[in-house]
Amino acid sequence: MHEMALRVTVNGERVSRTVEARRTLADFLRDDLRLTGTHLGCEHGVCGACTVLLDGDAVRSCLMFAVQADGAEVTTIEGLSERNGELTPIQAAFQAEHGLQCGYCTPGFVVSAHAFLAEHPNPSDEEIRDALSGNLCRCTGYQGNIAAVKRAASGSSS
Amino acid sequence: MTAGRFIGQAITRTEDPRLLTGRGRYIADVLVPGASDAAFLRSDVARGRIVCLDTEAARSAPGVRAVYTAADLNPLVHDITTAGMPDAPFPPKYCLAENDVRFVGDPIAIVVAENRYLAEDAVELIDVEIEPQDPVLDVDAARDADSELVHPEVGTNTPQIIPPFGDPELDQAFADAAHVVRDTVVMHRYVQVPMECRGIIAEWDPYSYELTVWSSTQSVHGVQTFLAGLLGIGSNKIRVLQPDVGGGFGQKTTIGRDEWAVVLAAVLLGRPVRWIEDRRENLTAAAHARDESMDLSVALDGDGAVTAIRGEYIENIGAYQTMGSNGMGAFLAPFLTNAYKIPKVGFGSQAVYTNTCGKAPYRGPFLMYAVGIEQLMDTAARQIGVDPLDLRRRNVIRAEDLPYTLPSFLCYESITPAETLDEAASMIDYDGFRAEQIAARDQGRCLGIGISLCVEPSAIAFGQMGTEAATVRMDFNGKVTVAIGSSSTGMSVATTMKQVVAEHLGCSPDDISIIQGDTATTPYGAGTAGSRSAVLYGNAVAGASTELRSKLLEIAADALEAAAHDLEIDAGRVFVRGTTTKGISFAELAQVAYVGHDMVPPGTAPSLEASHRYKAPTFTFSNACHICTCEVDVDTGRVTILRYVVSEDCGRMINPKVVEGQIFGGVVQGIGGVLYEHMVYDDDGNPLTSTFVDYLLPTAAEVPTIEVGHIESPAPNPLGVKGMGEGGAIASPAAVVNAVADALAPLGVKVSGSPLGPRQIFEMIAAASD
Repeated sequence: MHEMALRVTVNGERVSRTVEARRTLADFLRDDLRLTGTHLGCEHGVCGACTVLLDGDAVRSCLMFAVQADGAEVTTIEGLSERNGELTPIQAAFQAEHGLQCGYCTPGFVVSAHAFLAEHPNPSDEEIRDALSGNLCRCTGYQGNIAAVKRAASGSSS
Repeated sequence: MTAGRFIGQAITRTEDPRLLTGRGRYIADVLVPGASDAAFLRSDVARGRIVCLDTEAARSAPGVRAVYTAADLNPLVHDITTAGMPDAPFPPKYCLAENDVRFVGDPIAIVVAENRYLAEDAVELIDVEIEPQDPVLDVDAARDADSELVHPEVGTNTPQIIPPFGDPELDQAFADAAHVVRDTVVMHRYVQVPMECRGIIAEWDPYSYELTVWSSTQSVHGVQTFLAGLLGIGSNKIRVLQPDVGGGFGQKTTIGRDEWAVVLAAVLLGRPVRWIEDRRENLTAAAHARDESMDLSVALDGDGAVTAIRGEYIENIGAYQTMGSNGMGAFLAPFLTNAYKIPKVGFGSQAVYTNTCGKAPYRGPFLMYAVGIEQLMDTAARQIGVDPLDLRRRNVIRAEDLPYTLPSFLCYESITPAETLDEAASMIDYDGFRAEQIAARDQGRCLGIGISLCVEPSAIAFGQMGTEAATVRMDFNGKVTVAIGSSSTGMSVATTMKQVVAEHLGCSPDDISIIQGDTATTPYGAGTAGSRSAVLYGNAVAGASTELRSKLLEIAADALEAAAHDLEIDAGRVFVRGTTTKGISFAELAQVAYVGHDMVPPGTAPSLEASHRYKAPTFTFSNACHICTCEVDVDTGRVTILRYVVSEDCGRMINPKVVEGQIFGGVVQGIGGVLYEHMVYDDDGNPLTSTFVDYLLPTAAEVPTIEVGHIESPAPNPLGVKGMGEGGAIASPAAVVNAVADALAPLGVKVSGSPLGPRQIFEMIAAASD
């Protein structure tokens, strides 16, 4: 198996590993670093459950090889809140609006929402729906998820 | 109904913070030391003979620990009958395909390797040759006398036939009718699609003969019972644990043949085996749903009263099905009249094997009782020239009709279909929309409105599903732990049960912990499915909490030198009514019971634990009315849902937010099913929709805002609650179909069921204009 060196910063910690070239970023995060909050729902880039931030942009970690993240900064769901036991305003909004049930797609939604609101602090309803349309959820009918992003946006702009 | 201090409050969920921060632990996150990963070789042929199966190269591939085929595993299968439905039409007991394959996805071999990458590499090295044979795909072809048999051992492709039966005067009712309306209502094949695929880890200890299983399941006790039969060992030797589960919707109520293979492989290998299903496997080989049709006729008198209904139901059950998803005829027959006063009923049904993926339950697996008549109501309204709302008002069961005994002799005691019909019509401004619709037609736009009522037989309680138990105990520090046999997959069971305990015991929900999803620490229970948690677990928890409350009061009465009936409990403290200063905290009471038990008076047990097993009535009926409006773009066939309203009655709500969350999810699954989702096979039996690129789930961009109104008529059980987890998915398909049919009716298009994707709509419009 062809192995390659990888240096990457994950949730602020510098990591240096040797990985198989074919290892996906998602598997590297989940199995090598045991950051299991990044979930796999389809492994073909549609469901969005595996969304992480790569240098601040939301990307699908199932569609990238780990070595493609060489030199980058990766933020996973585990790295969003500043302190243990705290929720970010977006996470708190998801709880307040019942924007999750089984929780499996939730990390992807939360990471996507963080990336989206960072660039669109005052989004319209349509923009919110568009932004969330890359993440699939089967429990909530998206009602609470949309409301949560709206709540988080209005909270940050007030 | 007035809300309680905790029951009826829309409190936020205690499940959420860890799930929101990536601290959930799902099956793929569970670490078992020494575990190997499994991958399957599956058939790419719908029906055929295995003429060559050589696993030698795979066995010697890097990291491979074992490769097993039918020859290894099938002889280990003891018994796969599941309690409760002994007459269900079960196929042969093959774990892995033996000699032949019977659908695309049929598991042929299991590879166990150091990791999933290596296991998949080795699957590629298995040399398999399958001689294809013509598959049996269509229910009509399958029922031909000279059809090939899906399971030659069974001797028929129709393992369950319910011959037509019903009211002896049914034919006369149709003969006397002023109007007879007929249609064949079709529900195409679509899939449960939990966002987390299935997964199982099995660890066998060859010295203690004990099996530990971690399973992404809706029922740990169900898995335990099944595996005890599969292996022929005592259930006391099996512990099943449920990690967090990423949705089930019925697909995870039973365990599949591939999951048996994982368990058997772990036993043979003597080391832990883990299998995490991928999405392609989940879509093609886990379990499907729907794929059913019903020929329906209704007879109406001159006033538009429906006097009789006749249904003939056919379901395509695929090749290998599981309990609770097939032989649905027996389940929908009693409810064929749904929310209406229809005195005469006739019914017959057939379940048909085909060379397709088998079925598992999916949120309202018996939903054709509502999907059928709700579409017929609209068809009838159009045929006799009345508005569908008006026709429903003429036939719906009203408060003054209760208790109402159905032709099937079941009885509705506490339902409100007429009230929900009125509320939903008012919420959507029915008359206003009709005016808007006419105005839009003048501009060449096609708007439609669809109504669907459902009386949901929630909390179906017979056999092993008839009872549930709760154990409530107070610990040394006055905190409360509750153990129940549930296996929540997102249904907020922990939050809602805390609300029930807090209400009955008089303490904060924060002082209560819920244990579920572990056979070793919870009472036997059927699990989380069938809209049963609120009714079964809720009443069990309420009963046990009430018993514990009595014990607390008894011990406190002695400590406070007062009569138990003069005591009150609030905020984790027992005190004499009217004198809040004279009291004793739960922590102090726990000290009395566990340490100072010599002070407990003779005759009073120093026990702070109570168990209660609740037996539910066979059915607890809830009900709802869904109305939606849509616009159909006749140039593209695209349907846009404009508004969607639900008026529902699930009795006393434990948590309105959770109730609405269940409705939202169910409604969007119904919208998705009708408009977007379609599991398609080609003529050779190849699944064409094996990824999310082809199998389309609704997204945030398509779904409407769903408005919900609540009517609360208490159920005849101690808590007054009714189940409602499935109603959203049961009522929504007909509401959407009816709205589309209403929009297209002026074009002469006749709609009979689903799917209603752009292509189907485009073709229907084209056919109507020919």
